[in-house]
Amino acid sequence: MQSDTHDDPVQVAYRRDGRRVFATLVRLLGDFDLAEDALQNAFAAAAERWPQDGMPANPVAWLVSAGRFRAIDQIRRQRRAAPWSEVDEKAESLPDPAPLPEDRDVLEDDRLRLIFTCCHPSLSEQAAVALTLREICGLSTEAVASACLVAPATLAQRIVRAKTKIRDARIPYEVPDAPDLPARLGQVLRVVYLVFNEGYSAAQGTDVLRPDLTAEAIRLARLLLELLPEPEVRSLLALMVLQDSRRAARTDGAGDLVPLDAQDRALWDTAAIAEGRALARDALGSGRAGSYSLQAAIAACHAVAPAPEATDWAAIAGFYDALLSIEPSPVVALNRAVAVGMRDGPEAGLPLVDALLQGGLDQYHLAHAAKADLLRRAGRGAEARASYAAALALTRQEPERRFLARRMADLDR
Amino acid sequence: MKYLCLVYLDRENWSACPDPVCADYAKHLAETGTLVAGEALHPVDTATTVRVRNGQAQLYDGPFAETKELLAGFYLIEASDLNEAIRVAGKIPPARYGSVEVRPIRQLQLDG
Repeated sequence: MQSDTHDDPVQVAYRRDGRRVFATLVRLLGDFDLAEDALQNAFAAAAERWPQDGMPANPVAWLVSAGRFRAIDQIRRQRRAAPWSEVDEKAESLPDPAPLPEDRDVLEDDRLRLIFTCCHPSLSEQAAVALTLREICGLSTEAVASACLVAPATLAQRIVRAKTKIRDARIPYEVPDAPDLPARLGQVLRVVYLVFNEGYSAAQGTDVLRPDLTAEAIRLARLLLELLPEPEVRSLLALMVLQDSRRAARTDGAGDLVPLDAQDRALWDTAAIAEGRALARDALGSGRAGSYSLQAAIAACHAVAPAPEATDWAAIAGFYDALLSIEPSPVVALNRAVAVGMRDGPEAGLPLVDALLQGGLDQYHLAHAAKADLLRRAGRGAEARASYAAALALTRQEPERRFLARRMADLDR
Repeated sequence: MKYLCLVYLDRENWSACPDPVCADYAKHLAETGTLVAGEALHPVDTATTVRVRNGQAQLYDGPFAETKELLAGFYLIEASDLNEAIRVAGKIPPARYGSVEVRPIRQLQLDG
């Protein structure tokens, strides 16, 4: 396919509808690899026919039937070459030519089926992230490998293993029924948020070829919200949009992390903040607030504060209380302790952080860093230094190490 | 499609789930046509591992690998897909005390 003309209708259709067509082909052919081949063949056919015959009225339906037709053709040819193989069975089991998939709902369901299959809870989260980026977002294997910071061969193997499991363990290509939906959707959202965090915490600007995973995750959440307008989907989108609104202020010229209270708030993206707040408000107002709704509400509190001193820590601590009650995890408790320390003063936060350190977070660098910050604010410099050193000893990430070292050096000033 | 649900328990919980409870569930699965076969196993102290090397059978006292959770029994079930198999496995009574591994059954390749 040519790539020089970006308004070539085949190219446009590939970018806009490629994954949609793929999702339907997976259902019709019952196999990811067969569907991928069929997709490529369908677009090759389009590149040949569309310039002559003109654009079909319904390009998606045209591409689906072209892909399906070529896949069946391919299976038949294989059957002739290897009459004893299981190919026979495969061709027999293909569904009859379905009515042309003009029904929008059926197509949209296929996209949801693809999402729920790639994020099936029986797949490891690592495998689900790789599959999601490859099959739903349509990134190349090389791009996904670079995004996940692994060798392309490792990533390719991870994807092959996941597809083999889908096929051999027979993970069904379906949208879960109502009773299973909340848990299954929770897993999908976890995978989307993992993709986002993978992009959010990665070293910034070192590799221009590295795909922007935060943008992919936000795009995924928008698609999911369109297909499944649930409050938690809306909330996760709000949370990511709000976190991403601080992108320009999160790192300085040297690529070092800038903490929230030191960020230049003029660099925050006001349009993104407005969108994120509106989404968060809608979700909270639905009366079915879950974990992401509360996290989005907290992010919104930070986003609207014109200065760090103006942050509504009482509201934030309240949201953390609620979050802790539905998601009792030590990390949530740590964030709550920090918020309490901001609301009631460092001496109020310290015993909470100490209890968490003793209760199993002693290997978690952010717990030591939180304690160090509280001690610093309480004017207990020597103790703060020891805690920064403990945090530093536990983290491998370079920007984070530089940040902690800087905070430690600031104690001397 | 068939799935083998392997029930693993550690020694402390080996007898935690009463036999009649397990038997009831097996009976229920049999009545709904889901159960192909299911058995409980004696503890691993009774196991003998057989390996054939150079045509010689080598015998070992105990299981092949020493792990905390040990194979305690199995349910061979018929299910339409993994979701259904997981639903069945999730109701296997000893899953509350140990774990259940769900493995799809493979057809032997006899024609290649």
